[in-house]
Amino acid sequence: MKTIEIPELAVVALMGATGSGKSTFAREHFRPTEILSSDYFRGVVNDDETDQSATQDAFDALYYVLAKRLARGKLTVIDATNVRQEDRRRIVETARKFHCFAVAIVVNTPEKICQERNAQRPGRDFGPHVVRRQVHDLRRGLHGLDREGFRYVHILGGTDRVEIQRTRIWTNRKEETGPFDIIGDLHGCAPELRLLLDQLGWQRHDVDPADPVWGSESFQHPQGRKAIFVGDLVDRGPGILNCVRIVRNMVHTGHALCVAGNHDVKLLRWLRGKQIQMRHGLDLSAAELEPLLPDHRAPIASFLDSLLSHYVLDGGKLVVAHAGLREEMHGRTSGQVREFCLYGETTGETDEFGLPVRYNWASEYRGRASVVYGHTPVPSPEWLNNTVNIDTGAVFGGKLTALRYPEREFISVPAAREYAIPARPLAPPPENRTNQQVLDDVLDLEDVTGKRLIETRVLRHITIREENAIAALEVLSRFATDPHWLIYLPPTMSPSETSDREHYLEYPAEGFAYFRKNGVDRVICEEKHMGSRAVVIVCRDTAAARERFGTLEDRIGVCYTRTGRPFFPDAAEERAFLDRVHAAITRAGLWEEFHTTWLCLDCELMPWSAKARELLQRQYAPVATAGIASLQATAAALRQSPAAQHMAADFDQRLARLMKYRKAYQRYCWPVTSIADYKLAPFHLLASEGAVHTDKTHRWHMDTLHRLAEADPGFLIATSFLDVNLNDSDAVARAGEWWEQLTNHGGEGMVIKPLAYLSNGPKGLIQPALKCRGREYLRIIYGPEYTAPDQLPRLRKRAVSGKRSMAAREFALGLEALHRFVAREPLRRVHECIFGVLALESEPVDPRL
Amino acid sequence: MLLHITQTGSNATGLGYLLHKNPANLHEVKLPFGKATVFYPAATDDRCTACLLLEIDPVELVRGARQLEAYVNDRPYVASSYMTVAIGRVFGTALAGNCARRPELVHCKLPLQLTVEVVRTRGGEEVLHRLFQPLGYHVEARRLPLDNKFPEWGESPYFRLTLTAEITVHNALTHLYVLLPVLDDEKHYYIGEAEVDKLLRHGEGWLKQHPEQRMIVSRYLQRRGALTTQAFEQLLEEETASVEAAESKTEKAAQQERELERPMTLHTQRLNTVAARLKELGARSVLDLGCGEGKLLRRLLADRTFERIVGMDVSHRSLQIASARLRLDRMPERQRKRIELMQGSLLYRDQRLSGFDAAALVEVIEHLDVPRLAALERVLFEFARPRHILITTPNREYNVLFPTLPEGRMRHGDHRFEWTRAEFAAWATATATRFAYDVKLEPVGPLTKRTVRHRRWPCSHCGRNRTNEDHRNP
Repeated sequence: MKTIEIPELAVVALMGATGSGKSTFAREHFRPTEILSSDYFRGVVNDDETDQSATQDAFDALYYVLAKRLARGKLTVIDATNVRQEDRRRIVETARKFHCFAVAIVVNTPEKICQERNAQRPGRDFGPHVVRRQVHDLRRGLHGLDREGFRYVHILGGTDRVEIQRTRIWTNRKEETGPFDIIGDLHGCAPELRLLLDQLGWQRHDVDPADPVWGSESFQHPQGRKAIFVGDLVDRGPGILNCVRIVRNMVHTGHALCVAGNHDVKLLRWLRGKQIQMRHGLDLSAAELEPLLPDHRAPIASFLDSLLSHYVLDGGKLVVAHAGLREEMHGRTSGQVREFCLYGETTGETDEFGLPVRYNWASEYRGRASVVYGHTPVPSPEWLNNTVNIDTGAVFGGKLTALRYPEREFISVPAAREYAIPARPLAPPPENRTNQQVLDDVLDLEDVTGKRLIETRVLRHITIREENAIAALEVLSRFATDPHWLIYLPPTMSPSETSDREHYLEYPAEGFAYFRKNGVDRVICEEKHMGSRAVVIVCRDTAAARERFGTLEDRIGVCYTRTGRPFFPDAAEERAFLDRVHAAITRAGLWEEFHTTWLCLDCELMPWSAKARELLQRQYAPVATAGIASLQATAAALRQSPAAQHMAADFDQRLARLMKYRKAYQRYCWPVTSIADYKLAPFHLLASEGAVHTDKTHRWHMDTLHRLAEADPGFLIATSFLDVNLNDSDAVARAGEWWEQLTNHGGEGMVIKPLAYLSNGPKGLIQPALKCRGREYLRIIYGPEYTAPDQLPRLRKRAVSGKRSMAAREFALGLEALHRFVAREPLRRVHECIFGVLALESEPVDPRL
Repeated sequence: MLLHITQTGSNATGLGYLLHKNPANLHEVKLPFGKATVFYPAATDDRCTACLLLEIDPVELVRGARQLEAYVNDRPYVASSYMTVAIGRVFGTALAGNCARRPELVHCKLPLQLTVEVVRTRGGEEVLHRLFQPLGYHVEARRLPLDNKFPEWGESPYFRLTLTAEITVHNALTHLYVLLPVLDDEKHYYIGEAEVDKLLRHGEGWLKQHPEQRMIVSRYLQRRGALTTQAFEQLLEEETASVEAAESKTEKAAQQERELERPMTLHTQRLNTVAARLKELGARSVLDLGCGEGKLLRRLLADRTFERIVGMDVSHRSLQIASARLRLDRMPERQRKRIELMQGSLLYRDQRLSGFDAAALVEVIEHLDVPRLAALERVLFEFARPRHILITTPNREYNVLFPTLPEGRMRHGDHRFEWTRAEFAAWATATATRFAYDVKLEPVGPLTKRTVRHRRWPCSHCGRNRTNEDHRNP
């Protein structure tokens, strides 16, 4: 039995004449889906596996599939004769393109056996010369396979028994989950390294016995943290050899990992005797290493040689490379990958300092893995698209920085002095905005459109269909406020199930029953205000607004509708409104209480007529006018006719319904001439710096916002509510009476929420809230006369499940947007969720629900 | 909704025979959308009133409705095309001009009063007079207040309409039959060719002479172009035989001349100018950003020098219309390859927009809120970066010349701003400088005889400055 090792990601090219047994070999050792066979593809494109005229098309299809598989990181076997170099070239090229190894397995079966096998199989009557030729071609090329680019070549006799072992790619350390302390470019700054390790809680733990080359200095972390060095240990600084020794000892004892930096590689070449210009600090390394004995220098060379280009860690969630790495190169191996890891991406040009102009690959990075790197000194570490450069130029008098992972904290120690002068001065970010904010000024269409799957904390995957994204793009582009501010959109809300109680379409009992059924014991019933839903974001000052929201304008916040439209078309009016909310927040002391410079509130803004006046003028009021006039005239005429007067009473009742309808909408209208005429009822304190307050109960939200309302009672409304234990039948009955009272006076109704903001039932996430609307209010929704005995029973046939599914998905997306914003993720990640909510809103659903 | 038909004078109860409904009884007729009832509040020898009451089932009405506002609607209360259908069904005999038992009454002009509760009128009270006075009616219209509690909401579009005339019942019914939906300007059913026949049949004897014939035909047929043309042709055909034929022809010729002399619309001028500039610039590949329904695209397609034409709009609906208008599905392969339509937004960076010779934004930027222009500037000038960018936008200074535009109002409900020439120049220059483009400004549209002002000037046409480019785009 012979063992063949194959990297876990590779293109395996089988080679051998027809009849040599390649396909049998492939079937024995690989999964069927891993094998791409030329015969099979000839069949796919042409129905005939042996028709050689289809070979070109078959290979086109085969390589198309190969490219897809390699892009996804799947090992793939090419089952074709591959006997000539021109056949094999494309395999090697494709492997290189996807940065993975090409492996050759030659099935070198004697010609005689091949001929015998072909003779026994139907459809292979192409004559013995074909196989003879193939065997000849194959043998001629055997010795050059490694030169052709096959990293591993295995030659099997026709009868060898083999076992295939898949080996891990070296850079794959996904099983290491940390916690890690990732440390920036050292450049010989040994004193700063010791200080930094100390600050991070590492303790000196010497190697025993001391090694003549490596000495004994090493460190361990009492909590078992692991250090990762981003490379460039050497050159420029005061303690180059010490840095190499400490890092080597920590790596050697299993307490650290280290990737190669370009300076390390250059030093290695010098150590190996290559002619290198003594620039960029190499002279200092040479000065430290030159006095060493040759057999002390050899282990140093082999240590530097052992450093890998990058590591993929923590289940693929973390990548460390010296100069960063594009997503498609993570965990891959090729010359290109190594070049990228060492030098990053350049445009091919040089700048006025003679340094290569860097292409900012991170601005296009969309990967899920966090990429931590160094290489180019920056004033301070800054996340950009989930990547961070932690080279803060210690050797240039900056600081040595570590990133604590998964905590994502930066710890730095300042350099004792400037050891070297940078060729290019460290540029501060422009306009005091972060690079991420500058990048976020323009969102990319690719990040939002098309069919998308959005992963949220609350619901796993939410699918956004392409046709809905189309609608969202129009809404966002034409009507929405600046995306910098759109960190949340409220979800739609489902009504309770339809009540079968006489004269009612909705009644509290069904709402309570829903939550009881889902195992909720305590609910909060909140008065539902009839106005316009408004999301209000207020910052402490314009500086905070710029810093936190990256806005370019001079404003302290925003007030927008449930579809992201600015509520106030006039900037001065909005400012006056926000100032008033701001004053209340200040008086209530919420800035200090939440250690925040901004708050995001979910509110209802009254009166309804402020936003809906056009609709009232065009739709709601005219219906009352026409209805009342028409029905009054009819009732009067009927009374005068002896044959028809019995019908008059019916029309009196219809008239009464129209009167109630008019009263219903009138209640939500009053003229607005200044900010003082508005009323704002906040009911969720959604988020503040560092916190999305969905971990608190609705009781907490109510109590906190009542305190806010007390700070400006004429303007802010403290929403009345009841805290109801569903197991207490008296309490439930009281809540029902309370609802009757609210709605009999024309109130919209109430919202029933489980006490906890996020609640799960037996089947997962349950509705975050149900509305239970009053009978009079519903005239605005279902029509003035919906309570008529011939209408109500028919209206009861309504299904709420579609609405509920939509409400749950929008709820999850809205909260996800907030979480991402609070976690300071790139704006596109927040916007994706906002886009999603608007896309879902375009799904058809009965608007009366 | 309720229709009263009252006959006064002697033998008023004859109305019952004409309407074919006995005043002593209650007459109920089931209709697909509800129920019609005829009853008589008064039936004496000197005064007889028949009432047609129409009740519409509101639940059936809104089945399949998509918008919430549609669920709350005035249809059950307003005399509309539903009423027309009811008249046809309930008073079918009278409408046709028949009366089996008292045939001598059919051609009798009677003192009649018609009252409708309520009518909705597009165009206000004036329209009521214009429609009914030429037919010999005394028109009395009482406008209903919208909401007494909120006088600032203005007036309602509803009237209680009373018409008085000496007229045959047959004529009165045909008038109502045709004119009620014309007032309301809406129809609840599909408008097909049968509708033209109905119009001509019930308009016989009066529609031809009616001074508002154009409005009646157009509204009755709901502005279906082909149908209105057909109706006019038939009305005219009868006319050519008449004595006034020659006169009418002269009138027609005069009108033709007016049409010819009427200057091209501003929009046409704008599009022609932009297409001409694109050609002068030697652009081969062109982006029409905010292409709408494809008017500029059509001009560009007609010129073979434009090899690659891409129309982009944020509205998917507009693109569908553009695709249909340009007949993309039937376009020959070679032509089809020149043009592409895509949905996109100027507020999002879009790789598909790179590599074009020129981009045109005709009346686009004013549809964006001013703060969002910053994103548009970067998307267009920094990332898409075509060699030439042509932008047009309305000149606010010109607005005073629109007689119907109230002062201070914008031309289009969706315009977020309209700039003066100086404002546009400032923006264009600043933006061009920032992104290393040259800028050139010119008016669009000829100077008219009436004014020395530029109609519109804004073609900002920004040639890219190549020498600066290398510094800007490392």
